Amino acid sequence: MTRHLIGAAALGVATLLATAAQAQEIKIGIMAVLSGPQAVLGGQVRDGFNLGVKHAGGRLGGLQTSVVVQDDELKPDVAVSKAKQLVERDKVDFVVGPIFSNILMAIVKPITEANVFLISPNAGASPLAGKGCSPFFFATSYQNDQPPEVLGKYAQDKGFKKAFLLAPNYQAGKDMIGGFKKHFRGEIADEVYTPLGQLDFSAELAKIAAAKPDAFFVFMPGGMGVNLVKQYRQAGLDTIPFLSVFTVDESTLPAQQDAAVGFYSGMTWAPNTDTPQNKKFVADFEKEYGYVPGSYAMQAYDAAQLIDSAVKAVGGKLSDKDALRAAIKKADFKSVRGSFKFNSNGFPVQDFYLVKVAKRPDGKFQTEIVQKVFEGAADSYAAECGLK
Amino acid sequence: MSTSLIVVQLFNGLQLGILLFLVAAGLTLVFGVMDFINLAHGVQYMLGAYLAVMFYGLTGSFFAAVALALPASMLFGLLLEVLVFRHLYERDHLEQVLATFGVILFLNQAVKIVWGAAPLNMPIPNILSGSVPLMDGLRYPIYRFAIIAAGLSVAAALYLFVNATRVGMLVRAGATNAPMVSALGVDIKRLFMIVFGCGAMLAGFAGAIVAPILSVEPGMGDQILILAFVVIVIGGIGSIRGAFVAAVLVGVIDTLGRSFMTDTLRLFLAPGTARAIGPALASMTIYVLMAVVLAVRPAGLFPAKGRA
Repeated sequence: MTRHLIGAAALGVATLLATAAQAQEIKIGIMAVLSGPQAVLGGQVRDGFNLGVKHAGGRLGGLQTSVVVQDDELKPDVAVSKAKQLVERDKVDFVVGPIFSNILMAIVKPITEANVFLISPNAGASPLAGKGCSPFFFATSYQNDQPPEVLGKYAQDKGFKKAFLLAPNYQAGKDMIGGFKKHFRGEIADEVYTPLGQLDFSAELAKIAAAKPDAFFVFMPGGMGVNLVKQYRQAGLDTIPFLSVFTVDESTLPAQQDAAVGFYSGMTWAPNTDTPQNKKFVADFEKEYGYVPGSYAMQAYDAAQLIDSAVKAVGGKLSDKDALRAAIKKADFKSVRGSFKFNSNGFPVQDFYLVKVAKRPDGKFQTEIVQKVFEGAADSYAAECGLK
Repeated sequence: MSTSLIVVQLFNGLQLGILLFLVAAGLTLVFGVMDFINLAHGVQYMLGAYLAVMFYGLTGSFFAAVALALPASMLFGLLLEVLVFRHLYERDHLEQVLATFGVILFLNQAVKIVWGAAPLNMPIPNILSGSVPLMDGLRYPIYRFAIIAAGLSVAAALYLFVNATRVGMLVRAGATNAPMVSALGVDIKRLFMIVFGCGAMLAGFAGAIVAPILSVEPGMGDQILILAFVVIVIGGIGSIRGAFVAAVLVGVIDTLGRSFMTDTLRLFLAPGTARAIGPALASMTIYVLMAVVLAVRPAGLFPAKGRA
């Protein structure tokens, strides 16, 4: 009898505490790579999200906000155990992350099956856009196929006859090349895959020169991209248009500098996107963190705005998951990139631009919008997703 | 597959080989003379690059930056020697590997804290910024010729140092039988310090001069370390001559593999299959070479005397 009483009392207290906590506080877990060579990308997500929280006055949706940051170390096994920690120990209401698609595929189940919302500020793996879509998963970025499609479409519209394609020899490299070829109907002079982490590209550059293409399309992320861009410019190949994805962006430009000026990429946004929200975002970001934000930071900032808008819409009632989901799906916030809404699969419908690297008057480097390539584009997997 | 392209690719291979030699020279010296496996050689290379970038920021001159990075790398190497490595010479190789691997983790993280995770930039000095046409549509940067020249001079200087000086004689003797050298009254500890300092400086030099063509970032040494080990194993541990020959061999074979493997396979395979298999085979070639060399000559192509 006594034991029952104590048990009931404890349960009552626990319920009380839980309700109190729900009424006052929202907890967000950030999962991004913060060590190793790719740490700079995770840093952008963390900084972008924190700026979003700051702009909301430290209170997303009017609730006291606490942010727990976890480093996934770019290792799926580490990421899974840290995702479980976030969900089970920290009891977060949202997880924002990760950068890489292989990590996303590892953590999506442990998080969404615990009925916690997962908002990806970058990774957009195709299975999650199609058959594997989840009512608890949203992306503020894009589906992975879309950026290379921008370049393929541009190359096709521009009338380039012959293209030379280069990517590292792993799944993402093949996906990017596939994305480019979707809209490009011209001749493929060659399609070359290099080992991950290759340092010197002399052999590939000589092949490009010998093939004499009208355009060069490349996916070479991180330090490999820095090496390639410098060596491409030094080899005097810069008369061939340089079309790329994730090769010249704000995370690598500080190292590529003048060597990358005039090179093209495809994105939904650039630091010079002309919206009032973006001007404020970029100016405050640079003031706060001392570097030019890239798309990673932008998408994390939008994730913060998204959570803010949804929590406000449900009046801070985080326990009503259905209402919260409906509010998230509305995407009732002003994205810094301009037009933004969610498709049925939780991926955005948005515009894509050709962007080009430029040197700013203050000596820093950034990508800038050249032209719109896709308007209101949805990914091609949404039809396979059963959600409404 | 024109003749000029093959010639250009051979040249590219030579160039990559000399780059590898610059890193491998210090490693083979330390490994050969001191029988010490220094996995941290790669981070010393990284540190050389970072120091050069830092000194470039302070002085604004590329040459001053490299000149300052050399003694700084050496000092840092000696500091590591006194603090960590000295206590490991008597231990077995596994413990050396573990300890120097720890140094890698520590220094990669330290570099990130000091200089940030983002890659840094080091421009090519103006005097070396031109380029010459190598084939139609392809120019070859003069800076790359400078790297080749630097690599060849290091090779020559090391050859003279090891073969024609008194210290060099002791180094060779140390590589053959260190306890005997010690018994003859030579201060082996000091000899080891000199060798280690030189190794650290060579690694730093390699890092500093590749900074303008490669990305300077945390972990940049880890990639090249593996290749450097392949080079010294093929060349024969402790042999400068072996390291040089092996580095050029690895550079040429790797470059030719990457350039022509897929095209060659296409002659008798479907294009899609060739494209899938080619890159995988190409990245294996140097390891196959290593396996063959180890099978035929287990001590490498040019084993140091007394180590065969």
